[in-house]
Amino acid sequence: MGSGPGGLQISYSLSRLGVRHAVISADESAGGMFRRWPFFQRLLSWTKPYAPFERGTREYERYDWNSLLPIEREHAALMTTIMDGSSYYPSRPEMERNLATFAERTGVAVRFGCRWTATRRDGDRWVLETTDGEFRCQVPVFAVGVSQPWRPQIPGIEDVPHYADTRPAETYAGRRVFIIGKENSGFELATGLLQWAKQIVLASPSPAKLSINTRSLVGVRARYVQPYEDHVLAGGVIVLDASIERIERREGHFHVHTRKADAASDLVFEVDDVIAATGFTSPIQDLPNLGVATVGRNKLPAQTPFWESSTVPGVYFGGTIHQASPGLRKHGIPSNSGGVNGHRYNGRILARHIAAKHFEVSPERPVISRAELVSFLLTEATNAPELWHQKAYLARVIVRDDKRGIVDDGVQPLQHVLDTGGANSVAITLEENAAGEIYPVLYTCRDGATSEHPLPTNALHDFRTSEHEKAVIAAVEGVLL
Amino acid sequence: MRSAPDDATETLAGLAIFADLSRPELERVAHSLEERYFAKDERVLREGLSGSAFYIILEGEAVVIAGTTRVNTLRRGDFFGEISVLLGEAPVADVVAVHPLRCLVLPGQLLQEFLQTNPRVCYRILVAEARKLANATRGRG
Repeated sequence: MGSGPGGLQISYSLSRLGVRHAVISADESAGGMFRRWPFFQRLLSWTKPYAPFERGTREYERYDWNSLLPIEREHAALMTTIMDGSSYYPSRPEMERNLATFAERTGVAVRFGCRWTATRRDGDRWVLETTDGEFRCQVPVFAVGVSQPWRPQIPGIEDVPHYADTRPAETYAGRRVFIIGKENSGFELATGLLQWAKQIVLASPSPAKLSINTRSLVGVRARYVQPYEDHVLAGGVIVLDASIERIERREGHFHVHTRKADAASDLVFEVDDVIAATGFTSPIQDLPNLGVATVGRNKLPAQTPFWESSTVPGVYFGGTIHQASPGLRKHGIPSNSGGVNGHRYNGRILARHIAAKHFEVSPERPVISRAELVSFLLTEATNAPELWHQKAYLARVIVRDDKRGIVDDGVQPLQHVLDTGGANSVAITLEENAAGEIYPVLYTCRDGATSEHPLPTNALHDFRTSEHEKAVIAAVEGVLL
Repeated sequence: MRSAPDDATETLAGLAIFADLSRPELERVAHSLEERYFAKDERVLREGLSGSAFYIILEGEAVVIAGTTRVNTLRRGDFFGEISVLLGEAPVADVVAVHPLRCLVLPGQLLQEFLQTNPRVCYRILVAEARKLANATRGRG
């Protein structure tokens, strides 16, 4: 289910593994949320046309957050062929075209205009009721996005338009606008309305986080920090840390009652427009009735490290819903699974997992010679896009196979690797500590016991040094060597 | 409870360590913590792994396992992970969900600021730590 980047990547990867499947989508064309948003028509995720590696190579993916991942080189780095060069952030229509072009060129077939409406179990099959009749499958994958407007429980909020209902910017000319929410969607609107609105207030209970401080995609991105600068320079924008107590609709305007955590009295704002930039949830229909547990404020499905429902085995999720499978969050650093740059890798791994577990398709597991092992691991740490985009979340796994020797077991969820143990193995990932240092970490499993081996950081993020080689040899000796 | 709670603030208000907070303070706290769900048998805290976090149980049950020995059972309102975060060391035990577990999580590096911003929560945590220490001392006696 779904024809956004998540659904397209998973379908593509399943096809290349030879797993028969169907893709249905309620939309009329590919692109998912990028068919509508961001509201101000330019993405937050970049694609660098010029980078240290050639376009189309695996290493180049680190610099291109928006292209999906084909095996065929001629379909790689598609985003670069579509952008007009005016910005390294693609426009919304360019991103939509990137996704539609990927589907068209790689042969991802989607039944559009087919809305999933209900779900039930019939023996060992899942039955998906849709507006085009019933589909039966062994394995459903729900890649339906996180784009259904969500509002917190605040008295009067039902009268307030959501981010999704924002009007054209010029209609806010000369008006007082109150934006509920201080995350990216709230700051995006504030940025776009700076030149139009008479006054802008952004409010939510906790202080705004900035991505350059959290060192992650959690927090307001640099592009949208302008209203914050306006606020701190006393330019007129108000950024308020306060709970919204209630919203009263009056004739032609609103009264918004707010209360600061450290003050007893209300602060009331009279404004012309209120917009709830309060986030999104996923349209997972009746899945909670079938036992799918949800988690967090916006009630996304709780998932295992392989993006399977934590409570209903055999139900999988794709795309940006993967953000509710948070992994280890070591040192508080979240995954990038909420963005295309992160979940495109999850999608490829999920396809491989489904193929192996449900359709007996054995993935390729190449042998690595003993002489190449150390260099292989350090080259992965330096250049592997999966590890750079999904720190402490995905890891390259090498296992010792009694018959074949040292074997590359692919890129896997790190949490899964740590929780399964078993064969002697080494997993390498990248991590980031509270001081902002990025460094490789090896996890070795020897006779069932797991150990963590952080390697030194490197100012240029090149870990192919003799110091790192010595550290890797010390860690893997007796495990793989 | 399969579904995430509708009102995180209400949920917090029911926990002892947040008992002294006003509603706006609870809202602020609710926005700074993240909810996590752990399936039965899933590890929450891992012995020897750096970069862990502070957890408060909303529902479910977990056990503390040191080596191969179960040393404690944790339930709604209990918290864990603070010792390794405060000492800057990896946890010395595993914590494993024995029933589906819902927790609030605060990344380790944010704990100090969280405690300083919320002194009444800090005091409640201190009382709970004193009780643990007293029980441990009694146990040894």
